[in-house]
Order: sequence, then C-alpha cells, then structure tokens
Amino acid sequence: MKFGVVFFPGANAADCFYVIDQLIGHPVSPIQPEERELDGFDCIVLPGGFSYGDYLRAGALAAATPVIEQIADFAEQGGLVLGIGNGFQILLNTGLLPGAMRKNESLRFRCHDVFLRVENSRTPFTNRYHQGEVIKYPIAHGEGNYYIDSEGLAQLEQNGQVVFRYCNEQGEVIPAANPDGSVRNIAGICNVKGNVLGLMPHPERCSEEILGNTQGLRLFLSVLDWWGIHTQEGVMTDE
Amino acid sequence: MFEAAVYVTLKKGILDPEGKAIKNSLKSQGYDQVEEVTTGKYFLLKIKERDRTAAEEELRQICEKFLVNMVLEDYSFELREVDR
Repeated sequence: MKFGVVFFPGANAADCFYVIDQLIGHPVSPIQPEERELDGFDCIVLPGGFSYGDYLRAGALAAATPVIEQIADFAEQGGLVLGIGNGFQILLNTGLLPGAMRKNESLRFRCHDVFLRVENSRTPFTNRYHQGEVIKYPIAHGEGNYYIDSEGLAQLEQNGQVVFRYCNEQGEVIPAANPDGSVRNIAGICNVKGNVLGLMPHPERCSEEILGNTQGLRLFLSVLDWWGIHTQEGVMTDE
Repeated sequence: MFEAAVYVTLKKGILDPEGKAIKNSLKSQGYDQVEEVTTGKYFLLKIKERDRTAAEEELRQICEKFLVNMVLEDYSFELREVDR
C-alpha cells in the first residue's frame, strides 16, 4: 500500500514522513497543496503543525487548497485519511469530520504527555490497540478544545465515532485529565464509515525507542494490518 | 465598488475564555463597572461589484464558506458603496 503526506507550508510533515518511510518502512510520497490528482494512494496523512501560520483559524486556509477537494473525493471512495493535530483541525474545517476547535479553555498552549483511553479499537487506525486500553501520547496544541452541539455529540457517541478520550493513568475519564476543555474529554474522532480519523495527540512523536515511547507506532501498524500487510522483518514493535 | 465591514463573534453559549481573561484583567485594573467582554474578529473587504444585491450575495458566501466557522461563530456586516 502507498502513503502520502501533505506538505502544507508551516506544517511538520517531515516527522510523519519519517515514521512511515523509516520506522514502518513503507512507500510514501510527499503531496503538495496544489495537487489535483491523487492516483495510487491508499492512505493520506494531514500532519500536525501550523499550516499557513494558523491564519484566520487553525486549519482554515489549508482546508481551502486544491488538494483538499481531492482528499474529500478520496475519502468518499473509502480511502484512508489520517489528520493529526493541525491535520484534525483541517478535517473539521473541511467538514469531513463534524464539530470545531476552540482555543484551549486555559488559553495556554499545552505541550506534554497525556493518557488516552482507546474507545474504539475496530477502526483501520486502532486495531493494534485493545478496546479500553490506556496509552500515552504527547500533545502540543493551543486550539484543541473540541466542540460539537449536543445533537451531534449524541450521534458521535451512538455511532462509536469517539476513538480516543483524555483520561488519567488509571483510565478514568475525568475533568482533571482534560488538557484543553474538549467536550466529553474527546481527543480523537472518526467519520461514520471509520476511514477518516482526526486526533489532537501526536502518535508520530512517540513511535521510536529514542523518544522514550513507542506507543504511537501501533497506530501506523494498525493501518498496515487493516490493509492486510503483516509486519515486515526489521520493523520495530512495542509488543 | 463596495466596502464591507464584517464582524465575527462567538455564538451565544460558546465559552469565550479570552473575553473572560480580558474582563478579569480589567477588574484588576479597577474597572469594576465592566460586566462582560466578548472577543471577535473584524475584516474589511473591498468588492469590485456594481450591484448591491450581488455584492451582498457574494459576501454572504465568502462568510459562510470561509471567513466564519458556522459551528461556533455568528457574523454580521455593513456594506457601503465607495468610489474606489
């Protein structure tokens, strides 16, 4: 299978690219924001960072680029789309995922590790995790305070679209474990079909031994498993 | 040519932590009379259009598709004809 990583100006695309290319050892190509053809890709990653300087609203300018129109078609046809941090914000601005991001309730940029409870391990991105498993990922965002109206929230919950929730080390979903004020401690959601995932925490920044945490790698390996490709020789796992 | 002043504010019921922080700071500066502060955005657009209705329609589209996050924000605008 083939990955693509979109290189928006101001985004940290290189770290996602590195994880796919070097750590899981899979074909991956950079995609430019002006791209109007997305042939041959199976999974497209919208990386974290500050695309277009977060001007207007985080992700708003990136959401209006030509490549995003292509990605919407790609997702419609069942292609896998992963939005991390700013990539999640872009997916919300495009409407590929419901809801919106507000500034963190604390008004502070939060940059630290968080505990997450895996609420749905049946998605293409989370099948290497166990349902209800508590994992640790880093966050780094100032605008990750997820909002959706009560009707939309009920639908998310009912459809199992809440994929990750902020929790404490014991897996309890409590206000004290919520770094940004998100409704119901939501850290990541998918669309109804499950082929589009957006999350604020950064799996690509905890995928290598040297970083002291490899729990994020399983998200990328989940994609390979879902695609029917087994872990290749030399690929590091944390199991 | 039209000039449009667009004001974007948070919908009622959406928390405005920035406004709250500003209000608290005003209080600590002695401005106890200030009951509430809400924050928003302001855009000034010049639209090359002769017809007011057409300009208005275009502006609405620009707001709802791009300038405003309709999940969280409301908007209003003032449109006036200018020479250039």
